[in-house]
Amino acid sequence: MTMESAVAEPTSATREPVLSLRGVSKGFGAVRALTDIDLDIYPGEVVAIVGDNGAGKSTLVKILAGVHPQDSGTIKFDGQIVNIPTPTASRALGIATVFQDLALCDNLDVVSNLFLGREIVHGVALDEEEMEQRSWSLLRQLSAKIPSVRIAVASLSGGQRQTVAIARSLIGEPSVVILDEPTAALGVAQTAEVLNLVERLRERGLGVLLISHNMADVQAVADRVAVLRLGRNNGDFHVADVSYEEIISAITGATDNVVTRRASAHAVDAAADNAATTAAAEALAAPSAGAVSEPLPNNAIGIDDETEETR
Amino acid sequence: MTTTPTETPAERAADLQDERLVRTEGVRGAVLAFRQRVRGGDLGSLPVVIGLIVICAIFQILNPNFLSANNLVNLTLQCAAVGTISIGIVLVLLLGQIDLSVGSVSGLAAAILGVGLTQQNWPVAIAIIVALVVGAAIGYLYGLLFTRFGVPSFVITLAGLLAFLGLQLKILGPTGSINLPYDSWIVQFATSAFLPPWAAYALAFIAAAALFFGDVRRASRRRKAGLSTGALSVTLIKAILLLIVLVAAVAYLATDRGLGATFLLFVLLVIIMNFFLTRTRWGRSVFAVGGSVEAARRAGIKVNRIYITVFILCSSFAALGGLLASARLTSASLSSGGGDTNLNAIAAAVIGGTSLFGGRGSAYSALLGILVIQSISSGLTLLNLDSSIRYMITGAVLLLAVIIDSLSRRSRASHGQA
Repeated sequence: MTMESAVAEPTSATREPVLSLRGVSKGFGAVRALTDIDLDIYPGEVVAIVGDNGAGKSTLVKILAGVHPQDSGTIKFDGQIVNIPTPTASRALGIATVFQDLALCDNLDVVSNLFLGREIVHGVALDEEEMEQRSWSLLRQLSAKIPSVRIAVASLSGGQRQTVAIARSLIGEPSVVILDEPTAALGVAQTAEVLNLVERLRERGLGVLLISHNMADVQAVADRVAVLRLGRNNGDFHVADVSYEEIISAITGATDNVVTRRASAHAVDAAADNAATTAAAEALAAPSAGAVSEPLPNNAIGIDDETEETR
Repeated sequence: MTTTPTETPAERAADLQDERLVRTEGVRGAVLAFRQRVRGGDLGSLPVVIGLIVICAIFQILNPNFLSANNLVNLTLQCAAVGTISIGIVLVLLLGQIDLSVGSVSGLAAAILGVGLTQQNWPVAIAIIVALVVGAAIGYLYGLLFTRFGVPSFVITLAGLLAFLGLQLKILGPTGSINLPYDSWIVQFATSAFLPPWAAYALAFIAAAALFFGDVRRASRRRKAGLSTGALSVTLIKAILLLIVLVAAVAYLATDRGLGATFLLFVLLVIIMNFFLTRTRWGRSVFAVGGSVEAARRAGIKVNRIYITVFILCSSFAALGGLLASARLTSASLSSGGGDTNLNAIAAAVIGGTSLFGGRGSAYSALLGILVIQSISSGLTLLNLDSSIRYMITGAVLLLAVIIDSLSRRSRASHGQA
């Protein structure tokens, strides 16, 4: 378990997706939670999944984490078609999922939490020294700001706890890390800490799937944004080429047809020439979603109910 | 390791590189760290040790016989049986569960021993094994009921309390009381086996040496791993203090009959369980499940297996405690495991500092807790106070222990450590 070996140079040459979903669907009774989802995650890439409540983000995470199997469609991992029937199978493949509630044991110290269920033993006894040393080297690689690994997790701040949870997911040497709302409950500085951590995961050549409601975070760290709307793919953007308003439009369904998608592509082209992108996007969004096209605070998705209806 | 801050000396141990850490070194550092822990609500066994000293002082003032060697030897012998049961209680409390039936199970084991030895003419070893296997089977049943049906352990073991009390009466038959043959080795072991003084002194030295060399060995392993180590002086002082306390205790007890074999067995069991709880994967899993079942499950711990093993151990310790108790009293009767056995065992674990809320505690709390309870009981008996007052005072002490547990929990919360 040499952590150093995992710190490969950011992989850009190999453009084989590490995780690839094709036509994945999932229904719960009468509800079609996901319909024909396609998604690729490349090594060394942060893909953000955004969408409204009920868009199917959590269902997608649960399929990848092995909580529910999909009804149809294929999942390829490293080019091989795989089944993910259980959480253990997901972990064994190399997919590490950090759920929103972190699932840390508050009464145990950082080392115990990092190695929980994967303790290193020396005969029958735990090898505390080895585990503590590895904890330090792992946390240092992530530039984690944790003063001591021998304090109970209960006494850590929210960001530090998130760091411990993410670091724990790396102990099994995964190739894909799924982070479910990693910044949801965090303050400004702690959010920045976690975002740094996400970037460091990318530097290590891991594929990162980031579920977030927070557009500021998504734009800060993600390479690509995959938008889900009502259980379907509703756009896959490179963060560098897309404006905030365009993502919002895709989330809310303001640009939910071929014509607008074509027009928005045109608008992006135009943006290269002049700075009228925002105006264009607003003009596009305006007829159907007046509320959304207003200048929004950069961290909240102001979705009005009317927006839904006007679709 | 490219991120090491430039001002940090490279030779500093890996766990001391954060500049926010207040560094404490040597004996003074150890004392400071201890004071800080206590103030933060991590009381450990401090309240119970202080309580024990206060109790001893009060009873010694009221009756000078209390600290006599004879009384202390009796006290250690009285501790062994219920203390052994209490080890099992510590385990279930660590999971945040409870076993209310330990008294009945211990009585059942006593009944099996009595009937096996007298009416069935089993060899002693067979009778002991049968009793322990029955204890383990009861624990397995509890574990299955708990993990399969999700019935709260409180209810399962309350039902077990009644059911196994009934089984105990059934096995004992109409006479309701069986005297154990006085010459069987288990009775001899429990009533009149004492360690010769040289062996007791040797054990004291072995214990101190084990503490010292254990610490030295760990320090060398930590140094090899590039981690900080405690000062050698602290280790030495700890070992010498332990040696002085143990030698003094042995010497004092030796003026009477000496160290009882059953008490030694009890202490050894405590030390063994402490090793399993703190130094093995199983023990780590017990604490994890007690802290957060969901987190433990997601970490891949087989939670059901942990519950079942702990219930099995708890009932087996209860059976063993019942065997020791009946062997000491040389009888198995309707009252074996009845009366206050159940609550004393639970109270001992809680008074010793194992949290009722799960995930916090240590095997040593069985030892400390039972010493407190038996000291109170023995002191009140010396004062010729009857059991009515003894029950009330034990109840008050139990309440006090639970209040201290709750307060230290709140203190941890307010110091951001809950």
